[in-house]
Amino acid sequence: MSAITDLTAAQLAASIVAGETSAVEATQAYLDAIAARDGEIQAFNETYPDRALDRAKQLDADRAAGKQIGPLGGVPVAVKDNLCTTYGRTTCASKYLADFRAPYTATAVAKLQAAGAVVLGKANMDEFAMGSSTENSGMHATKNPWDTGRVPGGSSGGSAAAVAGRLCAAALGSDTGGSIRQPAAFCGVVGCKPTYGRVSRYGLVAFGSSLDQIGPLTRDVKDAALLTNVIAGHDPADSTSLPNSVPDYLAQLDEPIKNLRIGLPTEFFPDSAEALSPDTRAAIGKAIDAYKAMDADIVEVSLPHSRIDVAADGAISSFAVSAYYIVCTAECSSNLARFDSVHYGHRTKDAVDDIVTMYSRSRAESLGEEVKRRVMLGTYALSSGYYDAYYNKALKVRRLIADDFKSAFRKCDVILCPTTPTPAFRFGEKTANPIEMYMADIYTISLNLAGLPGLSLPVRLSESGLPIGMQLIGPILREEILFRAARMYETTNPANLVPPMVMT
Amino acid sequence: MSTHIDADLVRHIGKLSRIELTDEEVTAFVRQFSDVLEAFGKLQELDTENIEPMAHAVELQNVFADDTPRPSLTPDEALANAPDRVDDFFRVPKVIGGGA
Repeated sequence: MSAITDLTAAQLAASIVAGETSAVEATQAYLDAIAARDGEIQAFNETYPDRALDRAKQLDADRAAGKQIGPLGGVPVAVKDNLCTTYGRTTCASKYLADFRAPYTATAVAKLQAAGAVVLGKANMDEFAMGSSTENSGMHATKNPWDTGRVPGGSSGGSAAAVAGRLCAAALGSDTGGSIRQPAAFCGVVGCKPTYGRVSRYGLVAFGSSLDQIGPLTRDVKDAALLTNVIAGHDPADSTSLPNSVPDYLAQLDEPIKNLRIGLPTEFFPDSAEALSPDTRAAIGKAIDAYKAMDADIVEVSLPHSRIDVAADGAISSFAVSAYYIVCTAECSSNLARFDSVHYGHRTKDAVDDIVTMYSRSRAESLGEEVKRRVMLGTYALSSGYYDAYYNKALKVRRLIADDFKSAFRKCDVILCPTTPTPAFRFGEKTANPIEMYMADIYTISLNLAGLPGLSLPVRLSESGLPIGMQLIGPILREEILFRAARMYETTNPANLVPPMVMT
Repeated sequence: MSTHIDADLVRHIGKLSRIELTDEEVTAFVRQFSDVLEAFGKLQELDTENIEPMAHAVELQNVFADDTPRPSLTPDEALANAPDRVDDFFRVPKVIGGGA
């Protein structure tokens, strides 16, 4: 194992600035790692070795000339394949966009590049970010580096697997209902979804526009704060990006918060092995004990409208999941209407003589099953006669969910809970039943409805050797509290999770 | 609320969504949509009588941009990914008089 690929992004950037490592060496080390392991993990849809090395050479030359190369100078990163770049393809892991070359670069990627990061390639995902396992990719399945018989989570499964498999120093993902945090938990890395609007969505291919947010997947909490520093901020190109100034998330990162008040939502510790596995419950319990040992105050809070219900037959349900899937399918049906096979994307080769058949056949040929399902469910939920019963009802429940969090944050600084009900599941385990797959997001989904920032960090391995993630939730725009609270845990209880395949 | 989902309704939603469906897809979606809509129906347990709908997580209002021209895509850039083009136009099958 190369020493370079063991470093965090912050350590690598420092090593390059100090002249101990060159940007070219760093890029080459990761290209070698990709050559060695990505055949098995399949985290990337496309890589740009020549472009990355050219960029690294330029950074080394700039540094030699005494220029500043930025806080991520020479750090090799992966970006999720729904973030537009003017080089390579931006496919969203959809056959519809298999050959799409974007005419502009997403603001978040442009900011990473301006900070000196070297983009190695595009990471695999569930098609258009719809899924929780990356099994819905139209390209290929990505394997969990901890156990290649298991999913990496999703939809940012390629980004999480690439960070965990030491195929990049850090990555960007997007999170609509848990798509950064859930794969981060499954792969044993840190994943942060900032407040809605904290990071510009310009150049992020839209799925659920009122829910989507870009964020980092990293080796540790410090890297998550470092990348968030770089990508956050207002962007005139995204009218929903927040005008608030961005604090320096690294400034007080290593100062523990005295008498941190941690809220435990009683509804998020259900008495059911499917909704909360014994391993996960025990791991979260130990993490709570660790915070108590740091003099944190543990308080009970209540999130009644995010409640997890377990029926007598074991079936799991949740108001938040129901509200979320109405809102996201509605927004998805509207957003994906742009895929008309006129401006870009797949068009049927059949000779069709009218435009409606051209639309309908082109979409049928190139969209995957889950995407079709969501477009159709959203179309139905928004259709005349059902709008009030489904969409409008979901928006009202969304307010109740957001209000619950507001009340809870009057009693605590952060909320702590599991990130996922269980560790990573096996391929095919949840593909037959969409509802079971949707329930993989029961702990992450309410944050997107409420716009709150959330972070998943690895706490320990399960008995079967799979990572378990803990989720911390903060109030709107209080990412600095999340990072500090997570850092307190990380520095006193380092998980140091390295997949066996990387160590051999 | 309960809505009966049958093959005709699924085909109708497919038409509205501009997605052609195979018979196998229709059969699978009839079953799956019934399950999902039952899960959606869970929200009817909640009284939301006087609750204001929340369309956005962070409710910004009246976001204005300066009314100043700035560079945009050239016609060639805009047409670069077009499945079919003629000169500076996207070419499509007949729109008027054909199809549904």
